Amino acid sequence: MGKLKSVAELDSFRAKLLAAPARPVVRVCLGPGCLAQGADKVSRAFKAAIKKQKISADVKPLIKETGCHGFCSQGTLVNLSPFDLFYVQVKPADVPEIVDQTLRDGKVVERLLYGDNGNRYRSAAEVPFYKLQQKIILKNVGLIDPLDIEDALKAGAYRSLVKALTQKTTDKIIETVTIAGLRGRGGGGFPTGYKWRKAVENARDNPGPVYIVANGDEGDPGAFMDRAIMEGDPHAVLEGMAIGARAMGAEQGYLYVRAEYPFAVRTLNIAIEQARSLGLLGKNILGTGFNFDVQINRGAGAFVCGEETALLASIEGRVGEPVTRPPYPVEQGLWNRPTVINNVETWANVPHIIDHGGQWYSGVGVPHSTGTKIFSLVGKVKNSGLVEVPMGITLGAIVEEIGGGVPGKERFKAVQTGGPSGGIIPYELKELPPEELKLDKVGLQGRGFMTMELKNLPVDFDSLAQAGSIMGSGGMIVMDDRDCVVDVARYFLRFLEEESCGKCLPCRLGIKGMQEFLNNFSQGKGAPADIDALESLGRALVDGSLCGLGRTAPNPVLTSIRYFRDEYLAHIVDHHCPAGVCRDLITYRIDADICNGCTLCAKNCPQVCIMGAKKKLHTIDQDACIRCGVCMDVCPVDAVVVA
Amino acid sequence: MKTTRQDIETILEHYPRHPQHLINLLQDVQAEYSYISPEHLTLICDHVGVPVTQAWSVATFYKSFSLEPRGEHEIRVCLGTTCHLKGGQRLVEACERKLGVARGQTTDDLQFTLDTVNCLGSCALAPVVMIDEDYLGRATMRNLKKRLEKSDEGPD
Repeated sequence: MGKLKSVAELDSFRAKLLAAPARPVVRVCLGPGCLAQGADKVSRAFKAAIKKQKISADVKPLIKETGCHGFCSQGTLVNLSPFDLFYVQVKPADVPEIVDQTLRDGKVVERLLYGDNGNRYRSAAEVPFYKLQQKIILKNVGLIDPLDIEDALKAGAYRSLVKALTQKTTDKIIETVTIAGLRGRGGGGFPTGYKWRKAVENARDNPGPVYIVANGDEGDPGAFMDRAIMEGDPHAVLEGMAIGARAMGAEQGYLYVRAEYPFAVRTLNIAIEQARSLGLLGKNILGTGFNFDVQINRGAGAFVCGEETALLASIEGRVGEPVTRPPYPVEQGLWNRPTVINNVETWANVPHIIDHGGQWYSGVGVPHSTGTKIFSLVGKVKNSGLVEVPMGITLGAIVEEIGGGVPGKERFKAVQTGGPSGGIIPYELKELPPEELKLDKVGLQGRGFMTMELKNLPVDFDSLAQAGSIMGSGGMIVMDDRDCVVDVARYFLRFLEEESCGKCLPCRLGIKGMQEFLNNFSQGKGAPADIDALESLGRALVDGSLCGLGRTAPNPVLTSIRYFRDEYLAHIVDHHCPAGVCRDLITYRIDADICNGCTLCAKNCPQVCIMGAKKKLHTIDQDACIRCGVCMDVCPVDAVVVA
Repeated sequence: MKTTRQDIETILEHYPRHPQHLINLLQDVQAEYSYISPEHLTLICDHVGVPVTQAWSVATFYKSFSLEPRGEHEIRVCLGTTCHLKGGQRLVEACERKLGVARGQTTDDLQFTLDTVNCLGSCALAPVVMIDEDYLGRATMRNLKKRLEKSDEGPD
């Protein structure tokens, strides 16, 4: 297929693709979760097994390696159509049976269906994990083969670009995005339409090139939404950028992808090449005279490059240090020209808005936070993976209904959103002062005086901000009773201390200072007054730092103090870590009733401080123990406990 | 380890002579040689036309770049939030003890480089360790040890 020279040629090409007779399709999820569980081997097994079968080419099942289907904890996921069957935890050894039973005879392999509470579910749509989700951006992720533009075209890719090129003026595109109420998905929640409008105005006052940038530098630990989009439906991002370019009059786009995502880079490169060869990127797109091309820039492992001004510096080949705003990138961005930088997920929303209209989009979610948001639901939750939900859904619905609750006998403690820039929100409120309890009101300002159970907190930009957290890019990490908030706050500070670029003093020294406090607390040192001093230092960082990294760095600490002050006090005053995590405040002990004397712990102890004869109770010499946790990890009967 | 390497000249030719391509070139050289030698750094500077001091600041700012040779096998222990909660830290320490090097360092025999990474995006399988291109999900000290011993014996 050569370049498509007109909209009519694209239409007829798409019609031809759709007219091809349907074949059975095996969709193997090759998302990061499934891949880590050997999905590539499952896919290879399918190809080999089908090759062996003597089936004529036109009914031979098609093996599609798709992007992330979402239900990572049940990987490897396999969807079979037209059977509408959803198999979970598929191993290469299961493949011959699937081929013989399902693909050849149309029978269900019962044991591979997802089961929960005695129910078995045939199709993915019935599974509780998917039921409450509303997939708009992820609609094609997990469905199409991301390395095949024809598959994307069949699913409707570039239809919105055609609409933007033929039916809409640039003003109209921006108006549609504004009506939709789309807000930046990278964390800040800045209104996208407004940003675009500003760029157009600035370019009008100061003629010259305008640049489009997609921020795929997804650095928040525990977040992999953008990765799933880039690897699962790359054309959605490219199409969104092209529509934005049309609206802003840009001809060059940059896609900045995080260093740790080599698969995303590979997928996007292939997608860009395929789009160019069909004439959907490049000069004179579809004969409309519109020129637009995209270049990929790989990140080089710096978290701060997620900040827009640092990212732009990195694209220009410089050290990724942020600069003061204003001027904002829409005024002076790349090479001092107006530049619109949006998150990958934001760009992926654009084709859907153009396709269905701004009104439709603003009807999804809640006022001021429209549309859906993708979260990576991970941590101490039964069903972990990638979920797309309408904005405004409650925290409880995500964690309990979609996530299926906490595995094991522990209780939910908190949810961490927004990564190192976000907060730790307690799931159930503890020690509420009764006179402050007004259940009908949302009023989360002020320390400790909340008037609603936070599991009913609506998940949208403004409610999360009120609770002291941020939406962030969408990481949602569930914590249970065995997770210590002091430890988590300390973890984020360590992360940020490493990632701070060091340009401004409040961030460079402030984070170190905060770390000292927390290191002390975790060792049971310090005084209760130190908590106030830590808060005050945190607020200084919020006020004084140059960029978002420093300004939001204290969030995990400040929210955890606000909601879990008693846990801080337990460390400082009682020298006790309630969750049993902080190393200097715990001891490991071997339970005499459980230990079977297998000697594994003694063999693996790096301090050689576990004594005991074979088949006899083992004991730990507490004076020599460094509390490395090896014994607990290797014990086959869980006899090692934290005291 | 790769047996045939792209010539440094070939890598340089991929990019026009413009300071914009400094990071791209450093990345390609890093990928090809697994580190950036002083000679290569100078050649890159000459090509894109930036002073060595500037390239040095870029190469030391970004974590992807190494100015020292790295080991044949790269072990990257994920310390994303979920991996942290599920004991990633203890895995790093176990690796440090096993290999006798601290995080960020390479063993004397140039077999292993131990590194930590801030999230591999496979959080549902935490804790995760990456050994070269392979993921080890739900890693424990036991299965990690086995996996390391296998790498030491050579390719599987």
